[in-house]
Formats: sequence, structure tokens, C-alpha cells
Amino acid sequence: MASLRTQFEVPGKMKTWSYALIGLGLAALLYGMFTKGFSSDEHEQVHFWGTLMYNTIFWTLICNASMFFISVTTLAQAGFTQTFRRIPEAISTLVPIFGAITFAVLLYIVFGHKHHIYHWLDTEAVAADPILKGKAGFLNPTFFVIWTTLTIALWSFLGWRIRKLNDEADAGPMDRETSEKFIHRGTVRTAMFTVWFGLTVGSTVPWLWMMSIDAHWYSTMYSWYTFVSSFVAGMSLIALWVIYLKNKGYLELTSQEHLHDIGKFMFAFSIFWTYLWFSQYMLIWYANIPEETVYFKHRTQGAYKGIFFFNLIVNFLCPLLILMKRSAKRNYTLVTFMAVLIIFGHWIDFYQMVMGSLMQDHVTLGWMDFGILAFFVGVMILFVGTALSKKPLISKYHPYLKESVIHQV
Amino acid sequence: MAKKKFVVGCFDDEAVLFPAVKKVRTAGYKIHDVYTPFAVHGLDHAMGLRETSLHTAGFIYGITGTATALSSISWIFTKDWPLNIGGKPHFALPAWIPIMFELTVLFAAVGMVLTFCYLCQLAPFVKKHHFHARATDDLFVMVIECTDKTNTDDLQAFLASNGALETKVEVAEDGWWLGRYDKDEMPFEEKQIVAA
Repeated sequence: MASLRTQFEVPGKMKTWSYALIGLGLAALLYGMFTKGFSSDEHEQVHFWGTLMYNTIFWTLICNASMFFISVTTLAQAGFTQTFRRIPEAISTLVPIFGAITFAVLLYIVFGHKHHIYHWLDTEAVAADPILKGKAGFLNPTFFVIWTTLTIALWSFLGWRIRKLNDEADAGPMDRETSEKFIHRGTVRTAMFTVWFGLTVGSTVPWLWMMSIDAHWYSTMYSWYTFVSSFVAGMSLIALWVIYLKNKGYLELTSQEHLHDIGKFMFAFSIFWTYLWFSQYMLIWYANIPEETVYFKHRTQGAYKGIFFFNLIVNFLCPLLILMKRSAKRNYTLVTFMAVLIIFGHWIDFYQMVMGSLMQDHVTLGWMDFGILAFFVGVMILFVGTALSKKPLISKYHPYLKESVIHQV
Repeated sequence: MAKKKFVVGCFDDEAVLFPAVKKVRTAGYKIHDVYTPFAVHGLDHAMGLRETSLHTAGFIYGITGTATALSSISWIFTKDWPLNIGGKPHFALPAWIPIMFELTVLFAAVGMVLTFCYLCQLAPFVKKHHFHARATDDLFVMVIECTDKTNTDDLQAFLASNGALETKVEVAEDGWWLGRYDKDEMPFEEKQIVAA
């Protein structure tokens, strides 16, 4: 063990790249904010705040998906994650940071009274509208703000507790009793996170943050759809970091066997995403009720037609056909390619979920989307790199480490 | 189907079995099969078995199922007997996808089970020789195929020196035949060990 390279050092090149991306992104963000976000034209305002909103929600959710991955694997007593567990941990340290940005953006929208984004903010319209009146107990600024605050704060706090507990596995050897206790405490802490995760990403939060843009429309499938979208992109992000670190000569104990399992998650959850996509689409298509088809009208027959079906090809057909073979999931190059494709695909998915409702007449995908994306990618690279360099890459004394080292698929 | 001579070695521990398999292969003997009480991870690799192509067969069966469903439903609903169902277009693809999916699963599942049975030579009344009654209970049984030149004494000694608890030489049918265990051969009956 002594010969393992457990101390990650942030390479200068990585810093340069992330600063360049952040600089570029910040320029696009600020330019967009002053020309569009604060302009007097409401259409322009919606364009900017919508773009910022889906980007920040997307990145918060995919970083939070890492903590969900840790939680479910811990609850299932899966040992195989131990050799690379520091990576999802490092990615999840971004939840408070991206969460704060999301919080600020959402608060600005709610208190800035941007009722062109959230129609339910318009009190006069709600008073005259029986459907919105019926939803007012859920869709109102007070509940929105309290629930959003609780959500982001508890994601950050419960995640922090799980990461903190795992530091004990670096400290020194544990005897049998201590390690049993350690595993039990981990189970309790990750269970708490999972319950809160289910109450937020699994149900309420996507309804509040994104679905309420179409205030009249609802789909019970929407939250699961959003969760799976973020989870599969989150697994891809973990895969990218694992491969990057392997490439740099770290993570000697992580092998193709572990990559194979990550690849299986990417494959399986792409299929699951499609299942939800189809279930949501098919029922509405079949029933053909105007109140429901309104969501798909401009997506399948309007300006967003191209993006909508491109989304299905990138997020379903490509993972299905490319990642199906065992050898593909064990191939570093192919998994890297698919991970980038899946993250991009689900970013596009979030784009059409938010902007497809806000800017129904034309596709707005342009410099601002990619600029803001660059900002978030830059922040992600910088902070994950820094977080990785702060702790040893392998918790040497974790009870499950051996199981992970000899893991075989 | 022919009778062949085999040398059988029994082990009671995977940790002993693995190095023994490796040594037997390096020594140039041909392993007929290793019978284990449970699936042993990595044993296929140690024995040098090639990866199964069962999944490729499964993919082909699945695609066949999809194609069958799509072609037959589309022919029925657009050409043979077009019906107006809820004002939907005759070519109502979203409504067919569940059926296409089900037929994909059905074809793949049934096809793979049958292919698996064929590859493993499993069927009702198909009978195969048991090299050791405890092979499915608690022993790891390695069976080595002999040639004319194999010195069975040497091989038995070699297996014993690599941790085999029990070794024997058996002349047995290596393929399958039709029959019933209860009528023409009891699987758990003590067999005479053929002296080499």
C-alpha cells in the first residue's frame, strides 16, 4: 500500500483550463445579465434567467447525484465503490456551491416577481384562475422559498456528514467492533440522505423548480424523469473523473472491473430515462386531452421538434447501441466518449424542459447557453480538483476496501 | 458419443483449486470440465474458456422480436384491417412500442433459454455422466481428458501433490444419451473405481 499514489496534486494545466473556462463563462454570464437579464424587455429577461436557471439546476442536481450514488451503494452494502469513492465525494462537495447559486437565482426570480417565468407569481391571474387557485397551497412564494432553503441546506448538511464519517477510514486501522459500528453509522447517515433525496429530487423539487413554469400542466412522471436525467449524467461525470485520474496514474486499485460497473449504471439508467420519457409522452399522446398535450405541442410540432428528437437519439439510441456490449463498458475511450455525450445530452434535455416552455416560438440555444455551461464546467473542474487534493484518494482502512480491490464482474 | 478415459481430481477449497487448474493447464493436460457446487468467479478465466456468445444470440433474437412486432402490427393496422381507434393515425407508433418491447423480451428470453439448453445439452430425459456424486454438493471436481499417451499414475500423483483429496480414473461416456436416472443408472450409487 505504501507505494500507492494517494495524494492528488492539481496539475497547472487543469487550473489554467478551469480559470479560462470560468473567465469565458463569467464574461458570457455578465454580458448576458446586463444586456438581457436587466433589460426592460421581458422577453429578454426570461431568456437570460431561464438559461441561467436550467444550467444551475442541472449542475446542482448532477453533483448531488454523486452523493445519492454514495448513499445507495452504502445502503446496499456495495463494496466495489471503495477504490474510487473519493471521486463522488469530491463531486458532491460542489452541492453547497452550486446550490447557493441555484438558491440565489430562484430567489431573484421569485422576489423579482418574474411572473413570465413562474406564472403562479402573478397574484391577480391566480385569483381569477380556478386551476392555479387549487394549486396555490403548493405554488406560492412562501412555500417555494422555505422548501428550497430546506432542500439545499439539508442536501449540503447531510452530504457533509456522510463525507465526514468516511474520513475516519483514513485515520487508522479499525478492529472488528469499530468497523461494524462504522458501517452501521454510515448506513444511518446515508439512509437519512436518501429519504430527504426522495422527498426532494424524487418528488417535490422538480415540480417546484421546473414543472411550475407550465403552471397549469402537470405530470407525476416529471420528478422521476428529472432525477434519472441528473443521475445518469452524474454517473457519467464520475466516470470521467475516474478515467482522468487513471490516466494521470492515480487510482491504481481501480480497474476495468469498476469501470464496467459504472458503465452499467450509465447504460441501465439511460434505458430507465427512456422508459420514463416514453411513459410520460405516450400516455399524454394517447389520451390526447388539450390540457395535457399543451406541454408537447410546441416540442413535437413546433420549434423544438429537432431538439426534442435529437434528445431521444443522444440519450437513448446512442447509449443503447454503443454501451450494450461488455467490451464497450470496459473500454476507457468509449466510456469517456459516451460520458461526454450523455452529459451533453442531458444538458440539452434540461434545456428543452425549461426553455421549451419559456421560449416556445424559437430555439434559443446559442452563445449564452454555452458560455454559462463553460462557467459551470470550469467551477466544477476547479473545485472537484481542489477537493480531491485535500484528502487521500483511497481510504486505506475502510472495512470494504479489500472487497473493492478484488472486485470482479 | 464415445467412451473416453478421464482422470478425476476432487478438491474441497477454491483457493487450492485455482492454482491446481493453472498448473494442470501449464503441464499441457486438457481439462474436460470443472464441476463446482456454486458459480466460482474467475474460474472460466483460469480454465481458458472463451467468452460465451449467448448474449450475441440474445441480441439477434431480440431484434427479431422487434421486427416481427413492428412488421406484423403495421401490416395489420395499415394494410390488412385499418381501424379508426380514437381518431389516431393508422400508423400509431407510440401505441405499438409496448407491444414491440414485449415481443423483443419474449423472443430474447425464450430464444436464449433454448440456446442455453442446447449449448449445455440440457433437455428432459437427456442424460450425462456424473463424475462424482459430491460434485454438486461440496466438492470441486476437476476432470481431465486422457490421450493414449497419458500416464494416469503420474497424473493422479500430480493432482494429489497439488491438493486433490481424492483422485480416480474413470472410463465414461463424454456426451449425452437418452435415458432415465431412476431406471438405468443411479446417480448416487457408489461406482467402481477402475484401476489404472
